[in-house]
Amino acid sequence: MFQKIWEQHEVVAETPDTPAVLYVDRHLIHEVTSPQAFTVLRERGLAMRRPERTLATIDHSSPTRSDQIFGGVPIAIESAALQIAQLQRNCADFGVELLDLKSDQRGIVHIIGPEFGFTQPGQTIVCGDSHTSTHGAFGALAFGIGTTEVGHVLATQCLLQRRPRTFAITVDGALAAGVTAKDLILSIIGEIGIGGGTGYVLEYRGTVMRSLSMEERMTVCNMSIEAGARAGMIAPDETTYRYLKSRPRSPQGAAWERALSRWRCLPSDTDAAFDRELRLDGGKLEPMITYGTNPGMVIAVSGTIPERRNDPVFDKALAYMGLTAGAPIGGQPVNVVFIGSCTNGRLSDLRSAAQLLRGHKIARGVRALVVPGSQQVKKAAEAEGLDRIFIDAGAEWRESGCSMCIGMNGDTVGSGQYSISTSNRNFEGRQGPGARTLLASPLTAAASAVRGRVTDPRDFLNG
Amino acid sequence: MEPIREIHSRTVVLPFTNIDTDQIIPARFLRTTARDGLGRQLFADWRYGADGSIKPEFALNRAEAAGCAVLVAGRNFGCGSSREHAPWALLDYGFRAVISTEIADIFRSNSLKNGLLPIEVDEPTGRWLLEHPGAEVAIDLDTTTLRLPDGRAVRFPIEGFARYCLLNGVDELGFLLARQAEIAAYEQGAAP
Repeated sequence: MFQKIWEQHEVVAETPDTPAVLYVDRHLIHEVTSPQAFTVLRERGLAMRRPERTLATIDHSSPTRSDQIFGGVPIAIESAALQIAQLQRNCADFGVELLDLKSDQRGIVHIIGPEFGFTQPGQTIVCGDSHTSTHGAFGALAFGIGTTEVGHVLATQCLLQRRPRTFAITVDGALAAGVTAKDLILSIIGEIGIGGGTGYVLEYRGTVMRSLSMEERMTVCNMSIEAGARAGMIAPDETTYRYLKSRPRSPQGAAWERALSRWRCLPSDTDAAFDRELRLDGGKLEPMITYGTNPGMVIAVSGTIPERRNDPVFDKALAYMGLTAGAPIGGQPVNVVFIGSCTNGRLSDLRSAAQLLRGHKIARGVRALVVPGSQQVKKAAEAEGLDRIFIDAGAEWRESGCSMCIGMNGDTVGSGQYSISTSNRNFEGRQGPGARTLLASPLTAAASAVRGRVTDPRDFLNG
Repeated sequence: MEPIREIHSRTVVLPFTNIDTDQIIPARFLRTTARDGLGRQLFADWRYGADGSIKPEFALNRAEAAGCAVLVAGRNFGCGSSREHAPWALLDYGFRAVISTEIADIFRSNSLKNGLLPIEVDEPTGRWLLEHPGAEVAIDLDTTTLRLPDGRAVRFPIEGFARYCLLNGVDELGFLLARQAEIAAYEQGAAP
């Protein structure tokens, strides 16, 4: 599948001396990694080649408090307000469609692309954000780029790229109750390590992947970069087409039928060769949680923190986390619960957390923040009454955005506090200076919110 | 961009694996629309205390680190986000090269586009460099050779076109703009 998409997008094939000139079908931009790229265009007097292939939104530095979005209250962080104003100006000047601050279609860039039907199988999709790998769930080649490359795409709709190697990850069997797509990808990262995918495009295969919904597939592909892989892909199938049918930007009528026949040719041939392969038994996977300062430091929620001799980096990570080697992670008190992000901020994520929280209260002293991934997710969740379940349980219900995943928008975790978070990175300081992040699924986060301690969600599922 | 050929410098060592871009420059400093002046925020949470005080034990804060242009770090340097602010901050601080046994993909690509050399070395060389902070090294991009103080010369891999651009000060955007005819032809023939 990767080879087919790559070859279809080569404007100029690579040679030993020069990388391929690769055509970009879809480009997503946001306020944080684009301003310096537009500056380059202005300095060089360049126009955008194909502005209609770029879609802009505001997510990283935008506040999630309603009064700052809709209530006329100024954005509390001045530098964030300036950055947002710069994106608005850039989009107006260069003719880029912007899902602006008050748009009901705004949201996290990797949530709105698929939701809008902007993301489609067989495409090349890039964005100045490493979690662009999310869009690979549709059988697209999607990867994160830097700001210089954002400028290349704005000006030429192309990138200079060397062909990466391919890595097939096959998960067969069936996931047990309480084990989610998040646990699946955390298990994969734990298995291959956070540099294990460097230089590769991952292709996820097997009966477990086929059984996942599109939202679950996005959770898996989203965290490919946490294994070092710029892109992760899942071949499109009927699940994909059902999701895409009648999205606002999906092809309509005869164009839909033509697209469908193209998409059906994408999946890898059964004898396709990969540079590397890994097989996992999905039936053996458990709910997972991180205990350290990168997503590869991960164990089962029911497990114990490993012990390692003579490993100062490991010791440094545990010291930062304030955790002890050999101790169980279950029962560890938490201060903050964050449900949201481009990893787990979709409707099905909110449903699964709400289902567990229904009729429960969040433990005393625990702050829980629920942030829908997009305004459309928010609207759909409110139509189902999920907002009431969260609010009644004692959680805060916010406007969409990256929020506490990146802690650059006013939503942060305090120094030394433990946060159980459905986001994608537990790096030192990721959720705020000194914050201690435990990555887990929405189910595990919700179960832990109720008890105020790291809790295996299966405790609740078993009654 | 100015052509780059040789770098001679002592090294500063950060003996940690998996140094991510959130450590190189924390996200709260990304609320900028400029690309200069980020050196002050390089490794901010490792360099400064919560009150802004300087942490004297951190490698970059030691007297011997002054003027060093080569950073040596453990495996998988630059993992995490795609923020180009990471190489911008390293360059603004004064670094010209980063050496590790493994460098993350997006960080490597961003570095090459800004004239920060991402140099991958074999395990024994990486270990030796980690164990010898302050070593005087010479990097020759033309011969893709890293020379250690004992005279050993170690070859390092670097993508050929990026090397050509760095050696000659060629701008990649200019190269792409010169392909407009091919791009237009592709657009004529391609599906939507």
